[in-house]
Amino acid sequence: MTDIAQHMVYAYAVLRPTPEAARAVAALRGVADEQVGLVETGDLAAAVGPVPAREFGEAALKARLEELPRLETLARGHHGVVAALAPLGAVLPLRLATVYRDEDRVRQMLQERRDEFLPLLERLTGHVEWGVKVYTDAGGETAAAAPEDDAGDSGLSPGRAYLAARRRRRRGAEDAWQAAVRTAARIADEAGEIAVERVAHRPQRGELAKAGGAEAGENIANDAYLVPADRAEDFRARVLAATEGQEGVRVEVTGPWAPYSFALPPAPVAHRESA
Amino acid sequence: MTEPVAGRLGSPRLPASYEQRDAPSLADILERVLDKGVVIAGDIRINLLDIELLTIKLRLLVASVDKAKEMGIDWWEHDPSLSSRARPPAVESGGGDGAERSLSEENARLRAEIAALRAQTQNGSDRSDRSVDG
Repeated sequence: MTDIAQHMVYAYAVLRPTPEAARAVAALRGVADEQVGLVETGDLAAAVGPVPAREFGEAALKARLEELPRLETLARGHHGVVAALAPLGAVLPLRLATVYRDEDRVRQMLQERRDEFLPLLERLTGHVEWGVKVYTDAGGETAAAAPEDDAGDSGLSPGRAYLAARRRRRRGAEDAWQAAVRTAARIADEAGEIAVERVAHRPQRGELAKAGGAEAGENIANDAYLVPADRAEDFRARVLAATEGQEGVRVEVTGPWAPYSFALPPAPVAHRESA
Repeated sequence: MTEPVAGRLGSPRLPASYEQRDAPSLADILERVLDKGVVIAGDIRINLLDIELLTIKLRLLVASVDKAKEMGIDWWEHDPSLSSRARPPAVESGGGDGAERSLSEENARLRAEIAALRAQTQNGSDRSDRSVDG
């Protein structure tokens, strides 16, 4: 057992205690660069790692979560362990920063939630998650912003010239938006043929989204699909094919992810915000 | 400090079929590890309110920067890796494609000044007005 005073136990995921799982975790290091291991109880196991108590106590953890660069390190470390275990076929990713006093507490948690975890594992076995994001193409919006286009407005006051240019841009943006909406609907149809489940995430906007996606236009759909693993490539190909020849639209397929978006007990469909 | 060795995708230990083509973006990872996945209570109780605040901040960040700013949330602006505004403001030499950007930057700056002035006035008249504190 780990020394309570110096170490706590960071839990990454719940999975089945197989020899493959034991081998997989043996090759992994976690959020504190610690050796990851399995805590087992009967037919369930958790992938865990001992982390320094002074870095993962309440106050330290809170401070870490509130600071984006350190949050990023934590999030990528957590995700790295989950992603490495996903190929085992069935893994329930735990939410970031699930920390226990010791391994006995992890065992206790596994026993308490067994009736919940087993059916979830069953349902997700042999499935992967794909992310599909549909963007309006940024090119359509920015092309009209070239200063030469404003030449005709030279007789106008700066304010009016600005508004005129803005109006032109908006028209282009509306066309791109319509095209993207149509493409998103086509993709949803195609994807639905293969996927067994879908979860709509909130469209990504703002600096954080741009930091990852470079020349992104407006993100109008951000969906996650649960797909049988043996049809994963088929899914990706079909989604990309559905977007071919579409002007003003850009589609990003991410994954395969561990089934983060589906590792929840079935809940009522999240309502989408009306525009 | 801690190098997230396992976090680097494309590491040779991943079977090829599971390797992501590109390292996932921070936005994609955060929306999954913070918002999805199994929620179980750990022994370290991260104040739920705090977590929700964080999540709300991130959601706003991902949903609408303008809205976040209206609410006075701007912590990412001080991080150069996230925002060009965290760099020292460059003086626009006028015209060109910088015209609109300088307009919107000026707009943002004026809004910030108004907010600061407003806060000063309130602090002067009522010092108990500080809302967010641990």
